[in-house]
Amino acid sequence: MFTLYHFFFLILTLLILVYMYRVLQGPTVYDRILGLNGISTKAIILLTILGSLNERLEMFVDIALGYAVLNIIGGLAIGKYLEHKGTREC
Amino acid sequence: MLAVDTLLICIGLFFLTVAAIGIVRLPDVFSRSHALGITDTLGTFFVLIGVAFYQGLTLSDVKVLLILLALWHLNPVISHVILRAALRNGVRPWVKEKK
Repeated sequence: MFTLYHFFFLILTLLILVYMYRVLQGPTVYDRILGLNGISTKAIILLTILGSLNERLEMFVDIALGYAVLNIIGGLAIGKYLEHKGTREC
Repeated sequence: MLAVDTLLICIGLFFLTVAAIGIVRLPDVFSRSHALGITDTLGTFFVLIGVAFYQGLTLSDVKVLLILLALWHLNPVISHVILRAALRNGVRPWVKEKK
């Protein structure tokens, strides 16, 4: 059965594809990191929507919390690294 | 309860769609981050509050609010760090060309 939450799931998947365009196409490396940050936020939302869809929110929300912690490494640590390294050639 | 969470998630998805349009259409990394950092945070707020309304009041709602708290602190900080790295490494902001 195609419920409204399936529709939300579909829209979020399409949004991830839109961000993927910026990650693949971005002129500088900072555009790519920005796109990946957006994708990780969308992945967290997608996991909570998936939990509501399966009526198992108490299981999926723990995984989403883990993704939120991984978001620190994905954006913050790589950003600080690139700031100190210097990326004129990227 | 069903109408409330559907309405909140629809509002949130509208903001997320606006952020996605902005990140494709805008000209440089600073304006793209302007579209992403503000609109994405607000859309995440609406969608997660809507998901928390879905099953009534359980322990999962507390964890959803915890995710929301983490994202609200992390998203602006990550945008700031990326843009500061871009500015210090010589990316200039986009300006309109003078004729």
